[in-house]
Amino acid sequence: MTESRAAIRRYTMAERLGHWFAAFVYIYPLLTGLAFYSPHFFWLAVMLGGGPTSRFWHPWVGLLFAASLLWMLGEWGADMRITDADRQWEKAINHYIRNEDDQLPPVGRFNYGQKVFYWVMLFAGTMLLFSGLVLWFPEVLARQAHWLLLLAIFVHVGAALISIGAFIIHVYMGTAMVRGGFTSIVRGEVSPAWAKEHHRLWYDRVTQQAAQTPPKS
Amino acid sequence: MSNSILQIKQISGHSGVAPGANSGAGRQDYTVAKLIDVTTCIGCKACEVACLEWNGYPFRETQFDNTYQTMPDLEWNYYNLIRFNEHTHADNTFQWLMRKDGCMHCADPGCLRACPADGAIVQYTNGIVDFQQDNCIGCQYCVTGCPFDIPRFNPETKKVHKCTLCSDRVGAGLEPACVKACPTGCLHFGSKDDMLDLAEKRVAQIREHTSYKDAGLYDPQGVGGTHVMYVLHDTNNPEAYGGLPKDPRVPWMVKLWKGPLKWLGNFAIVAGIAGTVMHYMRFGPKEVHETQKREGDRP
Ligand code: HEM
Ligand code: SF4
Ligand code: SF4
Repeated sequence: MTESRAAIRRYTMAERLGHWFAAFVYIYPLLTGLAFYSPHFFWLAVMLGGGPTSRFWHPWVGLLFAASLLWMLGEWGADMRITDADRQWEKAINHYIRNEDDQLPPVGRFNYGQKVFYWVMLFAGTMLLFSGLVLWFPEVLARQAHWLLLLAIFVHVGAALISIGAFIIHVYMGTAMVRGGFTSIVRGEVSPAWAKEHHRLWYDRVTQQAAQTPPKS
Repeated sequence: MSNSILQIKQISGHSGVAPGANSGAGRQDYTVAKLIDVTTCIGCKACEVACLEWNGYPFRETQFDNTYQTMPDLEWNYYNLIRFNEHTHADNTFQWLMRKDGCMHCADPGCLRACPADGAIVQYTNGIVDFQQDNCIGCQYCVTGCPFDIPRFNPETKKVHKCTLCSDRVGAGLEPACVKACPTGCLHFGSKDDMLDLAEKRVAQIREHTSYKDAGLYDPQGVGGTHVMYVLHDTNNPEAYGGLPKDPRVPWMVKLWKGPLKWLGNFAIVAGIAGTVMHYMRFGPKEVHETQKREGDRP
């Protein structure tokens, strides 16, 4: 059958733009944040226009990051819900890590790891947002309340480190490990074989839908 | 000449040794200090005026709340404040305690430890701790780090300011402006050793000739000693002088955050990246072989 060899749409243009917007508004606060975090990274702020400029934009772009996570919740929230199939997959996650994908149960549009990545980012983003708001305007706090600032710093740094850990894995998997994933989030398409290999339940769903609706051309 | 007096010892937010630090040419074998003998302060505020004049700031509106405290607090353009305290002793006698408040120029400055911006806070080998507003990012971590509640934020410029110990005057071989203006000789300036010496003599004199048997020097060791020191009537009760802490220390949370936590975090990031590299070396990529596709195809 000819359609089954044609590429399958995995992400719409809006999803891809939204994803790369999220990536940009995450990376900017990440780099400037690291600069504030450690003298060993302060050169990052220098490269990005200097300390005062970085400090001005970091919270604003961070707000955009929080907004982009909310947008993802609207766009992907339903797809990200963890299902029974995911729980089966999670039990076999060691096979996934060892690239023994043939021993994995089938999953939907996103696998358990991708879903957990999203929820971790949403959790970390929320913590970053609330602690960040406290750190944005310390001048409104009385000097006696400055312990709150230190608390906010610990939360902010902790959440940032959690997100960095998730992000490292995410970027590694999206570029080096899962071949075809990077193209999918840039061009929006995957091959049927890729879809079947990595997201069998999703593949079944979209191909059945396609079979029910007659081909357009 | 002036440069040799202001040799950099350390700067904030910098990894490794600060450029130009301890470069030898102007290495000093003494540090400077200001000694404030509160027992001879008359609360005339001449030092406040001299500070404003030297730093080019306008005089502020005064306020009246039935005390002598007509200037309520330190401000970003008000580095030097006399704090007036009406102190009642245990035997119900009354005393005015007046203290010139401002940056203490700590040997272990909490502001500098907390500051993330490269070179926004500089400590000179002569003991002066100075803010460089050009490099300041306005995060106000220094406010959190300071055990004396000194740095003040200017919301318009987003920069923090505090007493410079007149580093510009001291660098040119002059005494700080406040010291020059003081009419009673309550303010002294010189090498720290000389000031310690002077303080010792003055404390002995007070103990001998007055009823202040607990008179003593305030040079808190919790922050490594300070380059602004007080002679107090009663060293056991510094709090009575408008919130002078008894045992000031850099907040432990600041030390934790700027010390072990930073190393732990950096280590975790490096370990995370190394982990992915090792995974790739061990297991490699997940590739989908398009040739298999036909066998798997649905009929
Ligand atoms: C900056 C913050 C980012 C966020 C919050 C984010 C979030 C997401 C989310 C929620 C997905 C959907 C599925 C999944 O979790 O894998 C996704 C997909 C993807 N992302 Fe990101 N992402 C970010 C940055 C990046 C970056 C920098 C890259 C690569 C350089 C990247 C590469 C990918 C790829 C390849 C996919 C598709 C994975 C697949 O469908 O197989 N992402 N991203
Ligand atoms: S008194 Fe505060 S501002 Fe002054 S040097 Fe010490 S920590 Fe820094
Ligand atoms: S506000 Fe204070 S801690 Fe922050 S950069 Fe300026 S001097 Fe450093």
